[in-house]
Formats: sequence, C-alpha cells, structure tokens
Amino acid sequence: MLYQPWPWYVAGPLIAIIMALLILMGKRFGMSSNLETLCSIGGAGKYSDYFKVDIKSKRWNLLVVLGSVIGGFVGANVLSPNPAVDISDDTVAKLNELGFESAGKSYLPTELFALESLSDPKVWAILLVAGFLVGFGTRYAGGCTSGHAISGLSNLQRPSLIAVIGFFVGGLIMVHLLFPLIFAV
Amino acid sequence: MKRLVYILLGSFLGVVLYKSEAASWFRIYEMFQFDAFHMYGIIGSALTIGVVLVFLIKKSKVKSFSGEIIQIPDKEKSFARYIWGGTLFGLGWALAGSCPGPIYILVGAGYWPMVIVLFGALLGAFVYGVLRGKLPH
Repeated sequence: MLYQPWPWYVAGPLIAIIMALLILMGKRFGMSSNLETLCSIGGAGKYSDYFKVDIKSKRWNLLVVLGSVIGGFVGANVLSPNPAVDISDDTVAKLNELGFESAGKSYLPTELFALESLSDPKVWAILLVAGFLVGFGTRYAGGCTSGHAISGLSNLQRPSLIAVIGFFVGGLIMVHLLFPLIFAV
Repeated sequence: MKRLVYILLGSFLGVVLYKSEAASWFRIYEMFQFDAFHMYGIIGSALTIGVVLVFLIKKSKVKSFSGEIIQIPDKEKSFARYIWGGTLFGLGWALAGSCPGPIYILVGAGYWPMVIVLFGALLGAFVYGVLRGKLPH
C-alpha cells in the first residue's frame, strides 16, 4: 500500500493536517515565500528594499524546504518501485499528439526532465521561462498553491479565491492555447 | 528540537506530494484537461478539512505549542495583484508542471533539470522584488 501511489483521499487530509500543525506552531503553510528569503540570502537587498528582511525569522521556512527535498528523495528512492503515473487514457492520447511519448510511462516527461533532453536548448528555455513565471507570479500574487489554494481558502480569504481563479486562467491558457504552439511536432 | 520538527514536517509534505503524484507534471496537465478527478480530490479534500481545522483553531482560541496567541492575518485587499500574479503563476504552473513545493521535492527526487526551473523561480522572485513599485497592486 505504502509503495503504491497514494489516493487523493489520503493525500488531501494529510496536507490539511500539515497546514494545521504549522499554524499550531505559530507559522503558516506556504511554499513560495522561501524564494524571497533565498534571494535575500543571496544579497538581493542591494537591489531592492523588498529583500531587506530579517532572515533569522524565516529560517523555519527554509527548514521546511530542506525537509521537502529529503521527502522527495525518500518518496522517489525508497517508496516508489514503479514511478509511472497512471494518468487517464485521454490524457495519454493528447500528450502523444503533442510529442510526449513518455506519457503514462514515467513520473515526469522525459522529453523535458531527463538529463539527455538538456542537449536541446529549447528545453532549457522552456524550463527557465516556466520557473520564472512561477517565481514572479507567486510573489506578485503573494502566494502559491499552498499559500492561497490551501491556506488562504481554508481561511475563507477572498483575495485567495481571486488568485486561485488566476491560477486556473493561466493554467488553462497554457495547456489549451500555448502547448500546441510550444510543443507542436 | 523545533528545527527537527520543521524538517520532519517538510519531509512528510514531500513524501505526501510525491506519493500522491501531485508533484507529477502529468497530473497537472491532466487536471487542466479535466480528464481526471485526482488533483481536484486532493485539493478539494485538503481544503474541506482545512476549512474545518482553521475554523476550530480560531474558535477554540487555542494557543500555539509555544504558548503564543495564534493570529492568522487576513490577506491584503486587492484585485489586480491577485488576478495578474495568479494568472502568471498559472502559466508557469502548467508549463513546469510544478508549483514551488514540488520544485524542491523533485530536486530531492533527483530530477536535476528541475534545478533550472528553481533558478528561473528565484530569478522571477528577484525581478518581482525589483519591479514591484511599477506594477499594479
């Protein structure tokens, strides 16, 4: 059971419990403000006052990040003998059409995330732009999936609802309108 | 001791998101295609239970483990920053197939190209910090 993919009704409640435990520790569940903290540590305070923060007060957040790296290692190397993700047949068919032959056979598309794929400069550009949009967008919106979709909505915050609507507007535009242009074979 | 708890909570989150495949690019694509309930089930059940837990924490006025009063500040009121920031984030979320938590988780899982995504995310956060005075908030 532990070694099979975990169903949604196990994962969802566990995520809620992690959020509640962080609140009970006097903190918040959010996985993107650490990007700012890392910029601050890297000396970004020289370029903008926005990054002049007390790094010590954010250290707990970086420990959560460190933990998530460890968790990813354990999840992938200890708990997952078979990394293939059993996505729906419709999804596999759509992805095959876009040129993703690895759909249904791996955890991430090898076309983007296998080391060999990095010989294609286009893959570098895609990964860099994708990361940039994630980092810029989440700081602009003041939160990501954890900070807004889980924490903010759990606290019935209207700003978080607006942000989550934005997440879906952006995601739907990317997948339905831009993917055919980016990945057309 | 407290440090260890943060690391353990992060590790637990990492295992949960990896094992539930919420950290899989394919699951994010499938979600935006509305081809499966899986991701909606994860977010929906986390949210349903989250609403109840946050309500109980607020109502019971329970103190934090270290004895402080728990305050959950409201998000700052605005429309522009949430809709624009949210949409840009969504574009990146779908393309990277990964939000910030899973970026770290997947680096730990050994998907090294994710380091490029992480670098992009740090660059994005930095550029936001520099430009924020010029953006509608």
